[in-house]
Amino acid sequence: MADYDVPEIPEDIETPCLEPGTMGHVKLYPAVDKHMEPLGFPPAKVENWEDAGIKKLGDMLEKYKSLQVYLDICVKCGACADKCHYYLGTKDPNNMPVARADLLRQVYRKYYTAAGKIAPGLVGAKVFDQETLDKWFTYYHQCSQCRRCSVFCPYGIDTAEITMAAREIMDAIGVGHKYTTEIVAKVHNTGNNLGIPKPALSGTLQFLEEDILDATGHDVRLPLDEPGADVLLVPPSADFFSEPHIMSLMGYAKVFHQAGISYTISSIASEAANFGMFIGNYDQKQKIAKRIADQARELNVKRIVVGECGHAWRVAYSFWNTLNGPFDHLDPNYPVPQHICEFTHDLYQKGALNFDKEANDEYSVTMHDSCNVARASRMGPNVGGQFEIPRALIRATCNKYTEMDEDTIKEKTFCCGGGGGLLTDELMDLRIKGVLPRVTALKKVMDGNGVNFLALICAICKAQFTKVLPMYGIPMDTVGGVHQLVSNAIVLGDRKGII
Amino acid sequence: MLTLLAYAVLGIFTLGFLRRIWIYARVPAPLVIPTTPAPVTKMGVVFRLFKEVAFFESLFKGDKLAWVGGYAFHGALAVVLIRHARYFCDPLPAFFAHIQIAGILAGIVMVGGLGFLFLRRLLIDRVRYISSPSDYLMLILLLGIGITGLAMTFQFRPDIVAIKEVMSNLFSMSSASLPLASIGDVIFIIHLTLVGLLLVIFPFSKLMHAGGIFFSPTRYQVDNPREVRHVNPWAGKK
Ligand code: HEM
Ligand code: SF4
Ligand code: SF4
Repeated sequence: MADYDVPEIPEDIETPCLEPGTMGHVKLYPAVDKHMEPLGFPPAKVENWEDAGIKKLGDMLEKYKSLQVYLDICVKCGACADKCHYYLGTKDPNNMPVARADLLRQVYRKYYTAAGKIAPGLVGAKVFDQETLDKWFTYYHQCSQCRRCSVFCPYGIDTAEITMAAREIMDAIGVGHKYTTEIVAKVHNTGNNLGIPKPALSGTLQFLEEDILDATGHDVRLPLDEPGADVLLVPPSADFFSEPHIMSLMGYAKVFHQAGISYTISSIASEAANFGMFIGNYDQKQKIAKRIADQARELNVKRIVVGECGHAWRVAYSFWNTLNGPFDHLDPNYPVPQHICEFTHDLYQKGALNFDKEANDEYSVTMHDSCNVARASRMGPNVGGQFEIPRALIRATCNKYTEMDEDTIKEKTFCCGGGGGLLTDELMDLRIKGVLPRVTALKKVMDGNGVNFLALICAICKAQFTKVLPMYGIPMDTVGGVHQLVSNAIVLGDRKGII
Repeated sequence: MLTLLAYAVLGIFTLGFLRRIWIYARVPAPLVIPTTPAPVTKMGVVFRLFKEVAFFESLFKGDKLAWVGGYAFHGALAVVLIRHARYFCDPLPAFFAHIQIAGILAGIVMVGGLGFLFLRRLLIDRVRYISSPSDYLMLILLLGIGITGLAMTFQFRPDIVAIKEVMSNLFSMSSASLPLASIGDVIFIIHLTLVGLLLVIFPFSKLMHAGGIFFSPTRYQVDNPREVRHVNPWAGKK
């Protein structure tokens, strides 16, 4: 492992003074033709990229109200400036949300506003040249689309929208990011981001079934491609192969088993994640999500339940209905889609599940709200259900629970530092620094309240934390899913027959 | 000449403003993107926007200093604007006699708030970094308007009667020329010119936040994507 510069964990989250250029050195691997072309992007940077990019921006201004309004109305008040974990962790001024957005706004001003054409110097308008493009590529890949900035902006300006637009423009002129485009290409080829083919998937599921049988004596099933099941379960693919994700998958399986609800996983839709969102491309978002809608029809299920994955839940909850709806063929008694936490919580409330809290007594738990769940979706019928439902599950399955500082949870939660298509090794320096605000708050409850378990509902958070927390001296097994706790505590056995 | 100019300025402002609003209203929002937790009903959204406009709720959460300066400035600006109706109304409704003092106070608060915002922009490194010359100039312009206004109120009274006459002549489209007999009259001409400048700049600048705030999808959208299918008007079209 390369040597990384890991910051000291401060007492409290501090707003640093600016240090221009600290992250300008970060180099990303550019996308290559074999990943770009299948997505409908030019294989390499196009000849007349300046004009093409400016024209693409013009097209998008007519398609996205968010982009048009947000580029116009920012008053440069700076309320968002110290809200971004990447700014707090790196001190690089271009990681202040407003400065990040300005990189695109400058170009917008230059080509699409009277003020920018008449007096570019006065309003900070800039030509779209190589220098600008380099900055775009660097700093629009240092935004995890977490939307924390939009919470505090007086107009709700969401820099994530600007980031997505910038990435879309770059893709359109053939300047893509390898990590994200490669993954989108993979999901089309194999059905999931990890590129797991069906035989491997089915082998894993069988192996897990045996594992659970050995451990519990119960014949808990993890069915694959079984038509006619009640529920299509769509977990993030990391749940099939990585620790600690896999423990949550076992948790889902046990819940279905104990409730007596038949379900199936689909090898074609074996991935909840949707990297179409990270590249900002509407068609890809739609196409990737369509696999799942098609599989629900094909397998003739009544409901769709989505596993623990943050941005996947945003896409599923907020976008599916628009992208591939309506879902009239599914059971109208349940929302489409349902989050696994909603599903489990609902069963628990109906009395279909029993938990033995003592099974989790070795853990003192705190909860990290994932950005896309916290600020871009909901669970249950009530406002804020996305905070209450996972917490209710944790409380139902554990005796010891502590909240982190209130400025770092719920809608004010800090990103894990790896979201938005940045979960790649070449961005490790950024990921280590970006997690600093979260680590600071976590460390406080670890030292002060003896917390030793960070409960998550996102595959990216899990992958990011297991990688970067150890660098801060926090053990890897501090990290786990909410359904890992469910899995530990659920009492298997006599069913109560409530569905 | 003055009449023509006045109508040109008002025309640019009104048409320019309406054109921007028309664009904001017309450009589609393809997806549902409210910043959650968000209201789940339309009434809830009205309430959310009301809190943003009336109290700058998000800004309060985000930045106390900007909130103090900004709220003082905007609140005072609103009062000052209402008070200005007295220069256009004839006869004057009795209501205005009551807000005289409040109006003068508001002028002071407005200038104070603007000065505070200016210093904040200059002194906090983050805010200085994101500021363009236009951001300072905008504050200076508003300060200029406020200070000339206060100067007339406290020290250099212009010929109000003559000015009022000119204003009502403007409305009837007859020609008019401003009085120019004292320092107060000169200051008034500066005051009026700066206001004209502000109005002309308005539709082409960040001042459009005044209308744009109502078109921000993260704020005006209802959080009900599962219950109500949001249709993207350009889906499937190229
Ligand atoms: C619906 C009406 C309006 C709302 C809700 C509104 C709200 C806001 C908010 C929340 C801010 C950011 C905080 C701050 O720095 O003050 C702001 C800034 C600003 N507003 Fe407004 N505003 C409105 C109308 C206006 C009007 C009519 C003007 C001027 C004629 C104006 C001029 C400004 C200026 C110049 C700033 C930037 C202040 C700075 O540089 O720090 N606003 N506005
Ligand atoms: S969306 Fe998140 S990562 Fe991006 S600029 Fe805003 S706060 Fe930073
Ligand atoms: S908080 Fe909003 S208006 Fe203020 S600088 Fe940031 S994006 Fe602009």
